[in-house]
Amino acid sequence: MARREPALRGNGWLRLPFWLTYLFLYAPIAVLVVMSFNRNKTPYSWGGFSLDWYGRLAENSSLRTGLVNTLIVALGSTALSTVLGTLLAVGLARHTRSRVLDALSTLPAILPDLVLAIGLLVFYSAIKMTLGLHSVLVAHTVFGMAFVTAVVRARLGHADTSLEEASQDLGATPYTTFIKVTLPTLAPGIVAGALLAFTLSLDEFVIAFFTHAPSQPTLPIVIYSMVRFGVTPEINALATLLLAVSFTVVIVAQRLTKLTEAL
Amino acid sequence: MTPSPAGRRAAARVATLGPGFAFLTVFLLVPLALVLSYTVFRRGRFGGIVYEPTGENFARLADPLYLDVVLGSVRLAAVTTLLALLLGYPTAYMIARLPGRWKAIALVAVVLPFWTNFLIRTYAWIVLLNSQGPVNSGLEALGLGPVELLYTDGAIVAGLLYAYLPLMILPLYSAIERLDPQLREASANLGARPARTFWSVTLPLSLPGVLTGCVFVFVPSLGNFVIPELLGGGRRIMVGNLIRDQFLKARDWPFGSVLALAVIAVLVLLLFAQAWAGRRAGRNG
Repeated sequence: MARREPALRGNGWLRLPFWLTYLFLYAPIAVLVVMSFNRNKTPYSWGGFSLDWYGRLAENSSLRTGLVNTLIVALGSTALSTVLGTLLAVGLARHTRSRVLDALSTLPAILPDLVLAIGLLVFYSAIKMTLGLHSVLVAHTVFGMAFVTAVVRARLGHADTSLEEASQDLGATPYTTFIKVTLPTLAPGIVAGALLAFTLSLDEFVIAFFTHAPSQPTLPIVIYSMVRFGVTPEINALATLLLAVSFTVVIVAQRLTKLTEAL
Repeated sequence: MTPSPAGRRAAARVATLGPGFAFLTVFLLVPLALVLSYTVFRRGRFGGIVYEPTGENFARLADPLYLDVVLGSVRLAAVTTLLALLLGYPTAYMIARLPGRWKAIALVAVVLPFWTNFLIRTYAWIVLLNSQGPVNSGLEALGLGPVELLYTDGAIVAGLLYAYLPLMILPLYSAIERLDPQLREASANLGARPARTFWSVTLPLSLPGVLTGCVFVFVPSLGNFVIPELLGGGRRIMVGNLIRDQFLKARDWPFGSVLALAVIAVLVLLLFAQAWAGRRAGRNG
């Protein structure tokens, strides 16, 4: 084991808040997961193991609609964010020194979601645009793009410009250089940024709440209306499934970034 | 004809920066400018805006009714931030001292719940704190309960803390991790006790991280309207609820815009404080 630093000795009491943090973070999740397998309808007494609630979930049509809507919004806004964000990152790193543009590109990530939400609501109403999946998709692109730009720029910071210069010196047009040299070196950053934009969009509630049409709710909005209604075992089952999905995505993303960094 | 190098550079600039900034101008700057302009106009009788300048939207902020909401939410957000700091600092400190492999695992474990749906994470606390929930069952078994836990300020703070604790731990971790261990060793070698070293070396040097974490927890706590509604049962109205209601229920967009502007002002103020502290720590470090 590594040499222990003097600071660690005598600081045994730090372990208490350390473990308390992890208990605090995971106990609520654990309770939800256990309850989702409970046969009883009253959520608080154990009536034996059952998968009934998962079956119920499959029959819930509003959840299915919400899921489809969410996937449309997340895929569309991720595609748009990835293209716009990547171009922006390259432009900011290579073609301008403006600090104003730099700040503007990160603004959507810093701005409270509620402010962006009311801004877009007011804007859509001012131009008399009907709300629907497209209005949520555009709204999600605003912040998705900021995250893609940030991640790709971080990658650009490490990238070697000599390859691009060599390509230009050998007579390639800027366009060819961009497609054949810049993009491939940025690929891991682009993938990571796109994944980030996608997961953020999947879970986003506040902005969607303000910019969606009531007839086309996304999954978080369907969940919100269920949760407001009270505790049901069905939500526990849904929660467990969503937890499984996001845990898998995060762990796969971790592996992926490690893999691409090794390449 | 081949374009000149200067022409090519200009074309590349437009091709890369153009689409993104055009998009941001239309869907970010124009909306924000609209919100800003609405703060000085009158509300329409059925929602919308009447373009007559007025100062009364700002004057309404001083109405005791709204002042109470603002001060109440600032208090809850501040308590949440303080608890996050008390829990987050020792945790981040421990993570920074872990050996490499465990450090990575501990960090992922902090972020993991953050990547699950925010509504589900809030819902978990309804299950936990319910009058028949596990916490109350435990209290009852000890002869202490049942106590009303749900629909209280305490429940709101628990929910906010649960939602934003990782945002405190991550910047703290990166600030503490960056510190040179030799500084602490030097302090110890010069005879300072661990507590002294902590107060006069570690803490001041990690202050920028502390401030970043506080901004990351305080600002979203202030603007959250879901947690006060679900865990506070609508008894406690926070700034976020007030803003939501002005836009979706009361249809008083000008006053809602003033409230939103107030939240942005708090954010800007805190970011300036943080930048200032960062520069100071940089000078001393």
